[in-house]
Amino acid sequence: MSTPPTVISDAHLTWEHPSRGRVGMLCLISAESAIFTIFVVAYLFYIGRSLTGPAPKDVLHVPVFFTVCLLSSSLTIHFAVKSLKNTKVGAFALWWFLTLTLGTFFLAGTAREWRHLIYDEGLTIQTNLFGTTYYSLVGLHAFHVTVGLVAITTVLLFALLGYVRQEHAERVDVLALYWHFVDAVWVVVFTVVYVIGR
Amino acid sequence: MVSTDSISTLRADIASRPFVAKLHDWVTTVDHKRLGILYIVYALVFLLIGGIEATIMRIQLIRPHNNFVSPSVFNQMFTMHGTTMIFFVAMPILFGFANYLIPLMIGARDMAFPRLNALSFWLTAFGGILLYFSFLGANGLYGAGSAPDVGWFAYAPLTSQTFSRGHSTDFWILALLVSGFGSIGTAINIVATIACMRCPGMTLGKMPLLGWLNLVMAVLVILAVSPLSAAQIMLLVDRYLGGHFFDTQAGGSAVIWMHFFWIFGHPEVYVLVIPAFAFASEIIPVFSRKAIFGYPVMVAATVCIAFIGMSVWAHHMFTVGMNSNANTFFVLSTMAIAVPTGIKIFNWLATMWGGKIHFKTPMLFAIAFLFQFLVAGLTGIMLSAAPFDWQLGNSYFVVAHFHYVIVGGILFTTFGAFYYWFPKMSGKMYNETLGKLHFWLFLIGFHLTFDFMHIPGLLGMPRRIYTYEPGRGWDTFNLIVTIGVFFQGAGILVFVANLLWSYFHGETAGSDPWDAWTLEWSTSSPPPTYNFATIPEVRSRRPLWDRKHPEDPDWKYE
Amino acid sequence: MQNRGPSNWKMRFAVQLIVLLYLPVAALAGPADRSISPTNIFAPVSTPAHSILGLSLFVLAVTAAIFVIVFSLLVYCVARFGKRADDDGREPPQVYGSTQVELAWTVIPILIVVVLFMATARVIASIQKAARPANAIQVIAIGHQFWWEYRYPGLKVVTANELHVPVSDPAHPTPTFITLLSADTDHSFWVPRLAGKTDLIPNHPNTMWIDPQQTGLYLGQCAQYCGTQHAKMLLRVYVQSREEFNRWIEEQSQVAHANPPVSEGQRIFKATACINCHGVTGTVADGSFGPDLTHLMSRETIASGAAPNTPENLRLWIQNPDAIKPGSKMPAMGLSDQELDAVTAYLATLR
Repeated sequence: MSTPPTVISDAHLTWEHPSRGRVGMLCLISAESAIFTIFVVAYLFYIGRSLTGPAPKDVLHVPVFFTVCLLSSSLTIHFAVKSLKNTKVGAFALWWFLTLTLGTFFLAGTAREWRHLIYDEGLTIQTNLFGTTYYSLVGLHAFHVTVGLVAITTVLLFALLGYVRQEHAERVDVLALYWHFVDAVWVVVFTVVYVIGR
Repeated sequence: MVSTDSISTLRADIASRPFVAKLHDWVTTVDHKRLGILYIVYALVFLLIGGIEATIMRIQLIRPHNNFVSPSVFNQMFTMHGTTMIFFVAMPILFGFANYLIPLMIGARDMAFPRLNALSFWLTAFGGILLYFSFLGANGLYGAGSAPDVGWFAYAPLTSQTFSRGHSTDFWILALLVSGFGSIGTAINIVATIACMRCPGMTLGKMPLLGWLNLVMAVLVILAVSPLSAAQIMLLVDRYLGGHFFDTQAGGSAVIWMHFFWIFGHPEVYVLVIPAFAFASEIIPVFSRKAIFGYPVMVAATVCIAFIGMSVWAHHMFTVGMNSNANTFFVLSTMAIAVPTGIKIFNWLATMWGGKIHFKTPMLFAIAFLFQFLVAGLTGIMLSAAPFDWQLGNSYFVVAHFHYVIVGGILFTTFGAFYYWFPKMSGKMYNETLGKLHFWLFLIGFHLTFDFMHIPGLLGMPRRIYTYEPGRGWDTFNLIVTIGVFFQGAGILVFVANLLWSYFHGETAGSDPWDAWTLEWSTSSPPPTYNFATIPEVRSRRPLWDRKHPEDPDWKYE
Repeated sequence: MQNRGPSNWKMRFAVQLIVLLYLPVAALAGPADRSISPTNIFAPVSTPAHSILGLSLFVLAVTAAIFVIVFSLLVYCVARFGKRADDDGREPPQVYGSTQVELAWTVIPILIVVVLFMATARVIASIQKAARPANAIQVIAIGHQFWWEYRYPGLKVVTANELHVPVSDPAHPTPTFITLLSADTDHSFWVPRLAGKTDLIPNHPNTMWIDPQQTGLYLGQCAQYCGTQHAKMLLRVYVQSREEFNRWIEEQSQVAHANPPVSEGQRIFKATACINCHGVTGTVADGSFGPDLTHLMSRETIASGAAPNTPENLRLWIQNPDAIKPGSKMPAMGLSDQELDAVTAYLATLR
């Protein structure tokens, strides 16, 4: 058997590591980015290749307002986390609620757009290659927004019940990282679908 | 330090608890060591099942126009054999060892996210059970369906509703989606553990190579398994929502499935082989009594392999009709990867050179790995020359090549790892004679099967055929290939018997039976739940060498 | 660890191992001996297959040289550096690395890779970028589950399963250029002695070419898993002299003759579902799901090589295809014995 060191040297005291939560979330973001990349590649590859049916430029309207909502929610979540780090729990809850509202607006906007596309333009996931790739890519993003909103709602509930304090700032920051990722993906999806693809 | 007395008391206490309580402990565990063992045992069970599937195929192919199984059963066998071996044997076994060893080797008490760890294991486990349920359940109400029979890479449009009626393909998709999420979870855990939980003094440059190699493997899993999940979601959209991702009738592309699959599939083989390299990198130094030669180069070479490995995928598609520029590019990137891989072989060789080699069972497997991986790499170079691949691709030459890597390379080092760390995990020594018997039986069987398997490929035999024509010169070689299977089977039975017998009746192993140098050997065998009484502090790559040789510690030379 | 037997047993064993491993390679040492196998990639008769052979031998030589060197080093290392029985228990000198050595075994492999790459790139270009001469024969090959359809668009010939091409004189080449399409799922055209394989993928036309320099029958089979009967989607390529080929084309472009003694069989053929899938030029039968039968009897095999083309096999095939090729797309037609005899007699007239 070997003897353990009996003196705890300076190494123990100065030994620093990144936070597990951050590293874990960055890895998750990498994995999700890889998934989105494949859907984006499929979308780009199939531009102009539909044999029939409506084309993007015929039916797509650029969702400027809802994009602004989503991207602003990145700002509001950033302020929320900053407030919590400065122990301003009330301000945190306010900014957090604003984030939730902006995100919900975005989802509602997507729902409205889809309703229009399906009922008024006759574009479904089955219609043609454009339909398949559009609904899959935008839908995958909307799914990730939904998951984020569920998490944000949960934290908001905890905050309203008084359970969220300054020492949770780092955990909330990890969730904010996810939310920033969702917004960054939207920038890419928006560019690919409404700018390049139209 | 926890004494052996208190451990045996603890063991007796544990042993006296009712069986249901012990089972509950195992099912609800979040301890990385227990999860590691669960992964390994799970993989061993599926190794036996996958081996039976292979045996069935080889009996069918023992002579031309054989009637042992029907074409439809044979096609299910090769699909299930490949899918099982990759996703439910190789990946779980390697994740199992990673889970068990990484915290111990970096001086941590557990992985970064113990509950995620448990979730990942159970996702993988249920994925495998779902896949095998297809044998029973895919018949559904109308008798349509079976186990998946579309090949483990499930090319479109064979997987569309038109050509794959019933639910067999859906079992393939869903089982792999579920276990894929488990794999990504484990990979996240490995990265976070290595990034955030190394003990004081263990900079990344002082971490054992096993840590580095599993870190690279985990990053590859994160980047490569996700594309497979994406492609499978697209396939589900095609099959159930009427989508057209791979619907050639609607202008879709069958080739894009191939690209998406191989963007996963090629890095996947590096996911499998890099942990195998890790085992070799731990075993060879200890049994040569020398430090690993060229640690920084080994790390750099592995990172290079991972990088380049993400750019070679279309060498699986040389026959698909890509233009000559694309083909030429993938020839270059594939040949380039031979350079860092060769560097690693030379470094292992240099580790042994001038050492004192102890020919214990783990080392026998590691030495065989070196020979066999060399051959596998060389047949890989042959295949990387695209025109040569236009003849050899999709033939038994390719099947021989990749089995040489996976069995001759990965499985051999994994056997070595079993024997090397069995004393640590169980507290008992395995039986050395049985270990050597396993080695020789398996070696003979492996070479009979996979050496001779190259030849029918050179003589024009394609893969995935349930029978073949006589008079093509393939008959004798197929016979020899099948005979080798039985030697391998015998070797595996000896192996399982050894594990079981030694677990119950083996000699007690101390904490450090191999006189090794990394941190897992500084704690008891098996380690206590908390791994270390006090978190260790290290100054070099071989902390136990430093303790055993205080006059000549590694940190003076690194 | 005790040594067993004489101290050089490891060296002798290693030598035996090397010999054993080379045996299979030596077994192929009659690479030009095509009697080993009719599908031997080392017995090319056509330029693409020749080019590939040339490259293959070069790659084999380089990899064999690497193998011999590294293998010998490994064997020597294992034999020389084993722990001796009289070991003093001290650790050997610890060597952590050497920059020069690492550089050497990085640079040399890079050079080898460059050489191999350039040799390969040349052959890729020579095969894929070959220009199509004006006198090339044009064939369209369409892959089906589980048979091959061949059309000669310029020559108005449609046939199945047995491809005929003219022999090509190296001095004045007359290659055959094949466009590869698929009617259903992925397939691959592989006749090793003629060329490397190229896949047939729906919605993704491919081209390949062959210029066989010797007449004869060349065998191969589908090389991309396409479903249940992938194994029996066999290939037969007949390389004929120019005269024979022209004669074959002439015969194949005739329409079928109506023949009164077999009109009963022809009536059944029309009345049952046969004409839904099969075509016979000159009659109402114009199905294209299954092979064209206009000149069925000119073929040596049926079911894409699965069985010899005899009246018995033909009758059995129509009665119960699963007896010959279980899982093929031809359904059992449920005909009575007399109907079977009549239809078989009719088909036997389709020369």
